[in-house]
Amino acid sequence: MRKLLASVLGIALAAAGTFAGEITVGFAQLGAESMWRTANTDSVKGEAARRGINLVFSDAQQKQENQIKAVRSFIAQGVDVIGLPPVVESGWEPVLREAQEAGIPVILTDRRVDTSDESLYTAFLGSNFITEGENAGNWLVRELMGRYGVVKGEVFELVGTVGAAPAIDRKKGFEAVIAKHPNLNIVKSQSGDFTRAKGKEVMEAFIKSPEWDKAATKIIYGHNDDMVLGAIQAIEEAGINPGKECIIIGVDAIADAFEAIAQGKMHCTVECNPLLGPQLFDMVEAVVAGKEVPKTVYSIEGTYDYYCAEALLPWRRTLY
Amino acid sequence: MTRIAAIAVFWTCLLAVLYLLRRQRNVAFWPLLALSAILLFNLFFTPHFYNLEMRGGHLYGVPIDIINHASKVAVLSLGMTLVIGAGGIDLSVGAVMAIAGATMAHLNIEAGMAPGYCILAALATGLLAGMWNGFLVAIMEIPPMVATIILMVSGRGVAQLITSGQIINFNNPVLNFIGNGFILIPFPFILTLVVFGVTYGVTRGTALGFMIEAVGDNEVAARRAGLSAKTIKFLVYVFAGLCAAVAGLVHTSNIRSADANNIGLYLELDAIMAVVIGGTAMTGGRLYLASSVIGAILIQALTTTMYAKDVSPVVAPVPKALVILAVCLLQSERVRRYLADRPNRAQGRGNE
Repeated sequence: MRKLLASVLGIALAAAGTFAGEITVGFAQLGAESMWRTANTDSVKGEAARRGINLVFSDAQQKQENQIKAVRSFIAQGVDVIGLPPVVESGWEPVLREAQEAGIPVILTDRRVDTSDESLYTAFLGSNFITEGENAGNWLVRELMGRYGVVKGEVFELVGTVGAAPAIDRKKGFEAVIAKHPNLNIVKSQSGDFTRAKGKEVMEAFIKSPEWDKAATKIIYGHNDDMVLGAIQAIEEAGINPGKECIIIGVDAIADAFEAIAQGKMHCTVECNPLLGPQLFDMVEAVVAGKEVPKTVYSIEGTYDYYCAEALLPWRRTLY
Repeated sequence: MTRIAAIAVFWTCLLAVLYLLRRQRNVAFWPLLALSAILLFNLFFTPHFYNLEMRGGHLYGVPIDIINHASKVAVLSLGMTLVIGAGGIDLSVGAVMAIAGATMAHLNIEAGMAPGYCILAALATGLLAGMWNGFLVAIMEIPPMVATIILMVSGRGVAQLITSGQIINFNNPVLNFIGNGFILIPFPFILTLVVFGVTYGVTRGTALGFMIEAVGDNEVAARRAGLSAKTIKFLVYVFAGLCAAVAGLVHTSNIRSADANNIGLYLELDAIMAVVIGGTAMTGGRLYLASSVIGAILIQALTTTMYAKDVSPVVAPVPKALVILAVCLLQSERVRRYLADRPNRAQGRGNE
């Protein structure tokens, strides 16, 4: 009965919304646990305001039950579309089914859900970590070709937290690219837990290894910028010039990495884009207009190197 | 040639120390034996392990990395030894490290304060956190695990508030020196030796050490004997808080940025592990300071050996766990008695 009432109310509200020509979107943000997340929130809010979309925003403080509550209240309010970055993968089927029964499309952002029934959500929008790894690999191959005319080198890899999806996929994508080049190999690979401190500690160990002395072209590939920034300190403290004697690549494109590139201490950072607002509302508008949207949409992610980092730094500082 | 001579001298000294410790039945023998085993392994299987050189006016090499990175946990474990010796436990030290680091970076960058004041203020946050824990445990009589878990959970949030959720970078010669400086050997290790010296002097030079052990062994008996158990319990938590602040400064300074999310994360567990490896019983009543420091160095030596041997990060925790398990087993009375009795049993003269 309550469900029926809710859906009747929802349809009425939605009808009123459509009548006024205004789209209402409920966004059940998972929290504010990192700078990446804060930038994500700002992007969604800013883009909604720019397009005149009515955004109902809720912050679940990293708790799934809060997110489920938020989605239920969006269903009751009869929003047009629900945006949901699920905090965990499992346990979403009941509430997604409720949304489906109420006829409200759900767009998952930046994380996926674990379900056998893919019809429960309309689309997924987020990063492709494998592509990020490939972007890093492709940039490296181009750079080596440009510098030496041959693709040859020894890669010292700083892996993310063991078992984390970005760590697994960024390794996979990178390895897939360099596998095509027999003289480009990963000679050392250790986990730096995605932190500056561990990145620095692991790099200190790398520098003292025989592999480091043997390496003709020293390449450092880190699964995030923070580990790479720690590693750069270790390289400098060992009396080595990171910009001249190494090729250093990170992932995330945080502002501090742009600064390191601008200072000539790092060479490239691959973007992991939190600014999903524009793409999200493109999809929302398409869904509301009754158009088909692809099931999986990957966020637009760039690769930034020393040609552009210095010029882009002031802009990046305003982002995240 | 000098390298081989130096290694020979080092090993002679190490074996002499081991022999003396064994004869005195000193608890530090076991963790030092395990550490020697790791060093021996590296002597044969990691050729670059013993490459010590002078670079940039200071010593440079893998062993230097080990004592450098072991310093954080070593300082933490000194505070933790007193707390555990007094029958308590402090789970909040990792979070207190984050608060101290965040305070130092924030005051330097956002408030533009001189480095000396930043350091003092950061140490004060550690004292304050320790007083809070001491108040909850000693005065309010909340079980230590419950009392300190409060700050463990909320402390990182406090650190986040101080840094507004950002990683604060700083670049000040004084602040950089705490975690990166060298006076021939790494400054963090010198700091560890100083904290060790002071702690040892205060606990063993006076009756304070015995008082802490008395409170940890049997609080009621200690009180009946006229000791103020409350004061002693309060003080050990304050000291642990101060040690955590020192470790937090070292950690933050080392990466020249306050990373409130990650500084000191899970290090309370490493500190407890170092204390246990050192032979201090979790039930309290005994404290072995030098042994805890060796325990901290042992943990770091294991980690660094995994890097040097290029053990895959997926399996690295397994050999580490095995070595630590072996040391803990050697600390067990029962295992030791079994090992000591074995020759007798073999000759059919078992004393059971």
